[in-house]
Amino acid sequence: MTMTDDPATHLDSAGHMGRPRLRREDPALLTGEAQFIDDMSLHGEIWVGIVRSTEAHATILGVDGSAALEIDGVTEVLSGADLAPLWGEGALPCAWPVTDDMRNPAHLPVATSVAKYVGDAVAVVLATSRYAAADGAAAVSVDYDPLPAVVDIEAAVADGAPLVHEDLGTNESYTWPLIPNPEAVDEAFANAAHVVSERFVQQRLIPAPMEPRGVVAAPGVASGELTLYSATQIPHILKVMTAVTLGIPEHKIRVVAPSVGGGFGCKLNVYAEEILCSALAMDRGVPVRWTESRSEAATATIQGRGQVQHIELAADDNGKVQAVRVKLLADMGAYLQLVTPGVPLLGGFLYHGCYDIAHYSFECTSVFTNKTPTDAYRGAGRPEATYAVERAMDSLAVAVGVTPEEIRSRNFIAADAFPYESCAGLIFDSGDYQTVLDKAVEMAGLDGVRATQAQRRADGSNRQIGVGFSSYVEMCGLAPSRVLASLNYGAGGWEAATVRVLPTAKVQVITGSTPHGQGHETSWSMIVADKLGIDPDDVEVLHSDTAISPTGLDTYGSRSLSVGGTAVFMATDKVLDKARLIAAHQLEANEDDLEYVDGAFQVKGTPTAAVPFAAIAFAAFTAHDLPDGMEPNLEAHVTYDPPNFTFPNGTHIAVVEVDTDTGDVDIVDYVAVDDCGNQVNPMIVEGQVHGGVLQGAAQALYEDAVYTEDGQIVTVNLGDYLVPSAAEAPAYRVASHVTPSPTNPMGVKGIGEAGTIAATPAVINAVVDALRPMGITDVAMPASPQTVWRAINEAQGGAS
Amino acid sequence: MIPASFDYEVAESAEHAVALLAEHGDEAKLLAGGHSLIPMMRFRLATPTVLVDVGRLDDLRYINADNGTISIGALTRHSELEHSELLARSCPMMASVAALVGDPAVRHRGTLGGTLAHSDPASDLPAAVLALGGTIVARGPSGDREIAATDFFTGYFESALADDEMIVEVRVPASDAGWNYQKFNRRAQDWAIVGVAVADAGAGVSLVNMGSTPLRASAVEAAVASGASAADAAALAAEGLQPPSDLNADADYRRHLARVFTQRALNAAGVA
Repeated sequence: MTMTDDPATHLDSAGHMGRPRLRREDPALLTGEAQFIDDMSLHGEIWVGIVRSTEAHATILGVDGSAALEIDGVTEVLSGADLAPLWGEGALPCAWPVTDDMRNPAHLPVATSVAKYVGDAVAVVLATSRYAAADGAAAVSVDYDPLPAVVDIEAAVADGAPLVHEDLGTNESYTWPLIPNPEAVDEAFANAAHVVSERFVQQRLIPAPMEPRGVVAAPGVASGELTLYSATQIPHILKVMTAVTLGIPEHKIRVVAPSVGGGFGCKLNVYAEEILCSALAMDRGVPVRWTESRSEAATATIQGRGQVQHIELAADDNGKVQAVRVKLLADMGAYLQLVTPGVPLLGGFLYHGCYDIAHYSFECTSVFTNKTPTDAYRGAGRPEATYAVERAMDSLAVAVGVTPEEIRSRNFIAADAFPYESCAGLIFDSGDYQTVLDKAVEMAGLDGVRATQAQRRADGSNRQIGVGFSSYVEMCGLAPSRVLASLNYGAGGWEAATVRVLPTAKVQVITGSTPHGQGHETSWSMIVADKLGIDPDDVEVLHSDTAISPTGLDTYGSRSLSVGGTAVFMATDKVLDKARLIAAHQLEANEDDLEYVDGAFQVKGTPTAAVPFAAIAFAAFTAHDLPDGMEPNLEAHVTYDPPNFTFPNGTHIAVVEVDTDTGDVDIVDYVAVDDCGNQVNPMIVEGQVHGGVLQGAAQALYEDAVYTEDGQIVTVNLGDYLVPSAAEAPAYRVASHVTPSPTNPMGVKGIGEAGTIAATPAVINAVVDALRPMGITDVAMPASPQTVWRAINEAQGGAS
Repeated sequence: MIPASFDYEVAESAEHAVALLAEHGDEAKLLAGGHSLIPMMRFRLATPTVLVDVGRLDDLRYINADNGTISIGALTRHSELEHSELLARSCPMMASVAALVGDPAVRHRGTLGGTLAHSDPASDLPAAVLALGGTIVARGPSGDREIAATDFFTGYFESALADDEMIVEVRVPASDAGWNYQKFNRRAQDWAIVGVAVADAGAGVSLVNMGSTPLRASAVEAAVASGASAADAAALAAEGLQPPSDLNADADYRRHLARVFTQRALNAAGVA
């Protein structure tokens, strides 16, 4: 690790913020004390086993549960038709109807007549144990009449393609254009000195968090209440959606997310199993539970990416890009899950990357296929956009005859141009892209790397070196509610926080953010402690239970710090405002004459007359002597709706060595310079960059949800689906450059997705750079040894 | 995934294990480290109705040298091979190959006898024993018998072991001359896409994941014996083989890899 910049210099250096601090979450996680959904046990619980379609597309002729019912412990076998009365008209929700005419097929938790993808639930077994549920599900016999399957998205939109949903008459869900000035785009291409035109395929990815999903639904038979425990990122949204879907009064529903072992977006959803277990629990009056197996997760949980991208750049003589034109085909899978249709749009504003490009044309057509639904996966639309523009910029550099860093420099949005209105209509908050790139170039020791590369090329070595750049900017901190409304998103983008000072001056923070690995307890405690002048250990952070934290919009889209953390920051300010009034009352001073120093209010310049925070806390509790008309207790609630997105950015450089005998790619150096604004806990920032980069490199080199032509998925375990491990991780070298965001008072931006967004094109650009002298201009992802070796082989004339 | 139900017996001795195997026939499986068998049971690719646990037979955990032969107890863990000073001195290839099996958790549980009995053509240690010209000692109802490694691997996940036999010992010649093991995979903990073991300066060459069993590359051995260069010998590595095709490599690419890594292994073993 290398930290070449100390972010502490940008925040109050006297406090905890800006300094690395060990995560308070980790001891419980590392010792096994943390309780995950599968650790729970409720009296009288019954287990659900789900029979999943083995066909990509088939009419369900019948479900025979007789063999399953003979297994000890199996109590019931239920078909989709048997279960249909439990949800009536209620279908699984899609909260993002991106266009008014979007086609959204009814999506029942368990299919009744037609199975539409391998893994689609077609029947349910109830049993007294998980083992019996698994044995029972394996013993159910389903009679299928296979139908033609649509697997490839380009084939899905061809004439005469079979239809995923016969009643829709098309496989297209919607077309969403963002073309502010079509004539200007056409003119730019007509007058361009250089036109780059590329087609890229974003393979599907399986999110594979360490903990698969799980649900426990516990009914209150007398009270009519439902407590829904779920390994989810979104307890608050899930509560609303469960109420809407099943007609259970919302105030009777409590949703709890216990310790959650990662999500990466795949737990930002409302799933069939959550609705199924809830409905069964309320109907049967007993707790109903389900735990996902790893193989089940390959098809029962959403997948990420799945796009075919056509990108064109029009540039002048100097390589200054005048217009970008993108046509996207996006794979929805068989159904629209919670935010499936919106994912391509999150990238749809960013296909010009971090470049000052005047004219923009983006059009996305979204397509149904007989595969698991896609949805948000770390970066959600932005990695895809960044990949396309960063790969295309390298092609432009070759066309113009300059280096990758030079083509970027010629096109960057200038540091003095912020706030910058982009050609796609966003207002970028802050940044200094050239300085970030310069820092990355220096850290990478680019001259030396290029000298080695030249020597290897001259020697005809079988270990060729490649250097890959990726400069990115993303929109995150989702989001201003009014902007989300303009995109037809079904909810707002605010976040809530309560800061409650207890009589003994300990503090409870209640956050509407829902951490599942991000370390919010640590970071939020640092924010509050710094403002109140107390120890972070005196601040407890409560979350993820709608009975404790009733108001919130949860964690996704790198929004927690910039929206949820800001709400905490502002609520602490409100607490301080009230504390100041109490202190002024006690000191018989004017509140404007007070200052807050080292955890006590004092009259400015007079430290002898001071009221410590603990005394104020106790005074607020006893209420013996408060200002006239003041309510007792010291507590504040804030709901913060941000005025804008935030725009983290950075430049990553990957250096790879390609074994040209075998096609094996080794990342020999990886430099990441990120601007995520001010940093609360640089250790967490660095961890997010490390994990994010490996997840992005995973798409470049390892991961691929492989389907056969008839829609069977091949990669259903972690032996075949290659999530890289620590052993494959590059020796990251990480640094930051800080331009505080003017969007929020802490000047923070977000870092949860940045590494994933940046790394994929950096690695592939490096692989292509290594092989370009052979005439290779693209390598498909993942760039497996076999794929790279074949590319080399074909370039050299096909001899094997 | 969840395995199908099974009965579980703890063997008190190798003889007891053999007796239990004889009692339960082909419905029974020996459980040693469990790192191959249990995953197969979880996927329900294996559904034994009786597991005979031999994992506590600590008297079969040893590494001894005698008169140029190294005897290794069947229950010796991969990590014990990896860290054995005796092997480092007298048969470094066994230690080196053991260090490349799976990940640390696998190496602390997995056993040499287990990996040989499992007879996975993609496993590392069987190829090492094969290249070294080792011997497997099997115990059955009528006592012990010795099986040459070259006769041991009979088919895809099949060995010369009878249903009521268990491996008790593996013997390899002490050998530190001209050896190398090349393992090609995408992630450190994975099985080899292709592996090549060279022992005794090319006198023994074996291939991993190039067919239904671990294989001796006899054409390569013969070429080396006749003085061919490493490049010329390696060109014969895939001759006559029908390697598998999977997500990582099709048969053609595997043949290519076998040639590349055979040459690299021969070079590293001192064959010019």
